[in-house]
Amino acid sequence: MDKIEQAKQKKQVKKRNRFIFRSAILVVLFGALLFAVVSNLTAEEEAAVDIKDQAPDFELNRIANNEDTVESSLQLSDLEGKGVMLNFWATYCEPCEREMPYMEELYPKYKEQGVEIVAVSVDATELVIDKFVDQYNLSFPILHDKNSQVLDAYGIRPLPTTYFIDENGVVVERVLGELSLERLEGYLQQIVPEGT
Amino acid sequence: MNTIKCSTCGHPNKEGTTICGKCGKPLDNDQQGTLLNMRYDGSAIRSKTKNRSIVDKTWNFFSSIKVGVTLIAIALVASALGTIYPQEMYIPQNVDPALHYRDQYGLSGQIFYQLGFHNLYNSWWYMVLIALIGISIFIVSIDRGVPLYKALKNQAIKRHPNFLKRQKLFGEYTDYHAEDKTRFINNLKKHRYKITEKDGHILAEKGRFSRWGPYVNHLGLIIFLLGTLFRFIPFMYVDDFVWVREDETAVIPSTNQQYYIKNEEFIFETYGNDDEDEIFEAALQNTNGPVPKHFETSAIIYEDVSKDVIGSEPELKEVKSGEIIVNEPLKIDGLALYQDSYQLNEFQTMSFKLHEVDEEEEEAIVEFTVDLTDPESEYVFDNGYRIELNRFYPEYELNNGEPRSKSNYPRNPGFVFFVYGPDIEEREASFLAIGQNIPSGDNQYKLSLTDFGVRDVSGLKVRKDLTLPIIGLGAFIFMIGVVQGMYWQHRRIWIHQATDRIYIACHTNKNWYGLTKEFEKIIDGTSFTMVRDQEKKNDA
Repeated sequence: MDKIEQAKQKKQVKKRNRFIFRSAILVVLFGALLFAVVSNLTAEEEAAVDIKDQAPDFELNRIANNEDTVESSLQLSDLEGKGVMLNFWATYCEPCEREMPYMEELYPKYKEQGVEIVAVSVDATELVIDKFVDQYNLSFPILHDKNSQVLDAYGIRPLPTTYFIDENGVVVERVLGELSLERLEGYLQQIVPEGT
Repeated sequence: MNTIKCSTCGHPNKEGTTICGKCGKPLDNDQQGTLLNMRYDGSAIRSKTKNRSIVDKTWNFFSSIKVGVTLIAIALVASALGTIYPQEMYIPQNVDPALHYRDQYGLSGQIFYQLGFHNLYNSWWYMVLIALIGISIFIVSIDRGVPLYKALKNQAIKRHPNFLKRQKLFGEYTDYHAEDKTRFINNLKKHRYKITEKDGHILAEKGRFSRWGPYVNHLGLIIFLLGTLFRFIPFMYVDDFVWVREDETAVIPSTNQQYYIKNEEFIFETYGNDDEDEIFEAALQNTNGPVPKHFETSAIIYEDVSKDVIGSEPELKEVKSGEIIVNEPLKIDGLALYQDSYQLNEFQTMSFKLHEVDEEEEEAIVEFTVDLTDPESEYVFDNGYRIELNRFYPEYELNNGEPRSKSNYPRNPGFVFFVYGPDIEEREASFLAIGQNIPSGDNQYKLSLTDFGVRDVSGLKVRKDLTLPIIGLGAFIFMIGVVQGMYWQHRRIWIHQATDRIYIACHTNKNWYGLTKEFEKIIDGTSFTMVRDQEKKNDA
């Protein structure tokens, strides 16, 4: 009786070990498979900066679009405590052009609530940005990423790409492509700092 | 899991065992007379357990050779199909793939596209397939490798007579002398067999390591697959691209803005400009346009040594300079910059003159040059004239009647100028583009293009691949496994000493012919006769 019990116990241990061993190997192998598939699928639209990431700090020259533009440059970290909508655009990009009036329309309202709109242009020459700003009468800060450094740091592929960053500098939303007025307002509401 | 108790020695064997692990007695009593299946030395493969949990079922699925071979066959067929028409990345960039495949290859091309074969090697299901093969290889190796290792490591020297009798090469001898046996053993030693003896029973063995060939093979494949997997880790693998204009300094992508590259000069030579090229004259006449002979970029690589925040003006320190010629990249920090493409003669400057409308040949009132990379908004002259650049379209096009730019690059510049002067009432507007000169209204003055400056653009591929050494190692180990398994054979000869007779049986995992030839030499000078090939007997 004792021997049978022992044998049974031994068998149980063996079975358990086998289960653990096989499960561990299968988990590792399928983990690798999953990693490969997921990274392959996300590779194409992957940006260096994604949702929940800390938005990398940068400093760029401002296009003088406003009489009371005193500062000649703007640093992202200076806007800490405010929600920031960071829009990457260019004058030759039609969807970017289409969403500009929406941004201009919502800017005064959300500025009051502690949200800053910052538009980073990747145009080659300052002149074309200048003329564009005049044409649309844009009042929010327009920055010029002349050497595409910020574009590179953020890993921007399509234009426009828009980041919505909360008061702690964390990316809340990343939008590839054009925004409608309603969507834009919805995202802006998400980054209104608390207590304002 | 049940065990099978050996009827002779009482050794408990795992279910699925066909030859007793201890005494070597065949356990399949119902199949006497047939030869033994010596695969894995008769030991049970690990998947031969009753399916209980889902884990065991998955394990058993992948441990099946049949499944593995099927997966490989599917991958082979799929890979072959993917090579019928070019992959999407190799068709022209400016066409719609859906139309391209249909137009170029007809119905089959359309099917090819719609089934997703145009982007096969990056498709998720192809990746899954390859990964499943990897999983299969891994599990099969454990499932069969471990029991084989155990069986060979612990193999008994004394084997049951039935084991010997059911080997392919077998001999039974009653008439022999003791010195025959000694001589036989000496001959075995001469042929580099390793002899182990127990109670007069002998096991002679050589080339056992060749049995591990397939497993070494599998190890190499797994390392190879891991290497390809590592390509998804950004720090291991970079495949990027950057356009750099002559005299321009651009940030090298994928370096975290650490490195910058300046294009000093792009050199482009075509055939036909050299005296030596005369021999090609006839051939060149048959081609449309110039045939490139040589292109290179003379470049300087800088490192940004400033610790400033991104976007601020970088403080550049030269770290390297040199020429980038097609297969001779400029390397920095494991990163290689290859010459990949080019665009010739992009506009850099444009010069204009202002003159009176009617007199084209008239001398210029003012002349000025617009730097297209950094145009000024105003050009003021001493004689009272002032020209304002009101709109600049680097790559001008008409879009619903509205002028706009298609891109950042001055490939087809368009300008709107306002001319102010002492004799102009308000201002005169002019629109200028290549082949277009549209003064607005009844202008008194006209602007004309007098000259332009161009520069070339070099397209550089940015590559870094730390996975190659891993892939190379995997391939190397794979080849070791191939050689190991191919050029050696695992040969075993058992001598079973019974009271009145001697049994001799031979086994090899391959090359039976070689083993028979070797056996002929080993019995040389003894009274032992050649072992019988029992398989042949059965055929006859």
